Amino acid sequence: MKAVLFGASKGMGRALARLMAARGDRLFLIGRVSEDLERSARDLEIRGAPAPVMTAFCDLLNPESFAPALDRAERELDGFNAVVVTAGMFATQEEMETDPQLAARVLAADFTGTVLFCEEARRRLLATGGGTLCVFSSVAGERGRKPVILYGAAKAGLSKYLEGLDHKFRARGLRTVCVKPGFVKTGMTAGLKPPPMAGQPEAVARRVLRAIDRGRPEVYAPAAWRGVMCIIRNLPRFVMRKIEF
Amino acid sequence: MTLQPHRSKLSGWGRFPVVDGLVLKSEDLPAATEGATLSRGLGRSYGDSSLPAGTDLPVADATLADRLLGFDPASGMLRAEAGASLFELNRVFLRRGWFVPVSPGTQFVTLGGMVASDVHGKNHHVDGCFGEHVRGLKLRVADGRIIECSDTAEQELFRATIGGMGLTGHILEVEFPMRPIPSPWIWSESQRVENLDLMAAGLKEAAREWPMTVGWIDCLARGAKLGRGILMKGRWAQPDEAPKKPPPLKGRLRVPFQFPGIALCKPNMKAFNLAYYWKHIQPCRRGIVHPDAFFYPLDALDDWNLIYGRRGFTQYQCVLPHADGNGPARRFLERFVSAGGMGFLCVIKDCGAEGKGMLSFPQPGISIAMDFPIHPTKTPALVDRLNELVIAEGGRIYLTKDTFTRPEHFRAMEPRLEAFNAVRRKWDPEVRIRSAQSVRLLGDSA
Repeated sequence: MKAVLFGASKGMGRALARLMAARGDRLFLIGRVSEDLERSARDLEIRGAPAPVMTAFCDLLNPESFAPALDRAERELDGFNAVVVTAGMFATQEEMETDPQLAARVLAADFTGTVLFCEEARRRLLATGGGTLCVFSSVAGERGRKPVILYGAAKAGLSKYLEGLDHKFRARGLRTVCVKPGFVKTGMTAGLKPPPMAGQPEAVARRVLRAIDRGRPEVYAPAAWRGVMCIIRNLPRFVMRKIEF
Repeated sequence: MTLQPHRSKLSGWGRFPVVDGLVLKSEDLPAATEGATLSRGLGRSYGDSSLPAGTDLPVADATLADRLLGFDPASGMLRAEAGASLFELNRVFLRRGWFVPVSPGTQFVTLGGMVASDVHGKNHHVDGCFGEHVRGLKLRVADGRIIECSDTAEQELFRATIGGMGLTGHILEVEFPMRPIPSPWIWSESQRVENLDLMAAGLKEAAREWPMTVGWIDCLARGAKLGRGILMKGRWAQPDEAPKKPPPLKGRLRVPFQFPGIALCKPNMKAFNLAYYWKHIQPCRRGIVHPDAFFYPLDALDDWNLIYGRRGFTQYQCVLPHADGNGPARRFLERFVSAGGMGFLCVIKDCGAEGKGMLSFPQPGISIAMDFPIHPTKTPALVDRLNELVIAEGGRIYLTKDTFTRPEHFRAMEPRLEAFNAVRRKWDPEVRIRSAQSVRLLGDSA
């Protein structure tokens, strides 16, 4: 597999990149901070990714960076057949309610930015006969929930966009994988109280990699969240108004 | 966004004491350590070494900073972020024929922790501590600067940091050579030994031929059986005697809940020690073993510290100089039994030369380590009695395991403390970097 990884220097992206490196996939890293990307590139080379692992600048809040980053990846990898997006922004509901500018950035990064990036990526994948576009959305997008109203709204939009891509382009060879992580213990969630089914990044990454290899359009990770969200989706409104989940 | 600290209950592996700490956790360790007064890794030191001096003094959690930054397959030189765990290193390097030069008895430790504790292992009699092999460290010192130190640059700081319990600065990166191994399997020989004299003689003799040795002793046996146990010896297997396949990743069991206090009553402890001893029914066993089973037997059981129940447990580890044959070890075990001590696991090991770390634990002699559950009044009294003996014998204790030692006892067994304090004062005149342990033992302010 020749993969472009957006957001692989941290959290679940880091864990997934390491699994891909260990099996010898060719990787290209894109992200905001070049020194951070370089350190991750060395880590992945030592873990088995064919050297050199190259990097390029790309920022979800700067759509003009998307095309040059993917062009560069295409040149360095001599074409790619997978794009994985784990980049994203997170802030708590309270933080965003009190800071509209922060809310604007999170919404722009997690919806507009991610969707526009995917547009660039899927055009290139389709042009070379298809491939895998794996994007990390969230279970937060499954239902309007009190603790994640704004973040969840952006992720809900993203999930629906990815579903649409799958419907339209699967026949032409584009395999869209929408990942819906539940609570996973990463740097992003370090300050939050973990619920009983909190997952570890590595276990999530193993599940996601299997989904990528099989071309599953949707994957919940950890798996237990599929059941949890099935219940949450079907709870009546008067219950959702009462509970704090 | 600046990194926000969060509240979290913190404790060492012994689960006592527990503090409500303020934690800074991020993949970006330089950012996390910027406002922190201490760094911690996987929390495998037993007592209060990795705990902040106060509930509002932030501590940096290094475990997400776990990238490998450079590896030279020709020389084996590895540079990595301080939060990289030995478990990860083993997973990446063992099947490729590389191993750390020194490994402690668990793989759930970070490189930063291995340096701060200057860990030793079964090969101490030939290879010394981990710190002997460290070529360079990147540290954030108390004034915020990030400094590279080694035996040629800021040597004093380097040597104070090795075994310095994280009190000289935040360890950000560690560089050391991995060691090539002939195969990833271990050839091991173990024998049942009937008493302490035979154990000490066995360790001494084995040290001449074997690169790795350790003894387990039944610390409840008395009289003629005092110090009986199992002597284990090992070396890396040669390719022709090892299985062709690399050692499989071992599944681990988890202790599902905290055991009730009664689980550790004296009859149970006796039964455990007896069973462990007689499980080794043949006088001598030899063969190929999985490296995890050899180096990390307890790692097979996740959260095994829960067995010690609500009050937690501590480990007492000291090293006693050899000058007087087996006398010191015998007196130590007799004192342990007569002071009412009872323990599950007691590990005995002959140590080689003292290392370069200014507060590094091992010195030539015999090291004894034992676990016991904490009793609010009896345990501090027991530790006092053991410490008095250690002082009289000219030995010292291992800070990584310590929870109850008094400052005056520690000073009495550490003539090197003044030199260490001088380096610390030089780099941190206001004593910003400190731990619950340094408050207890070195008189830092809480």
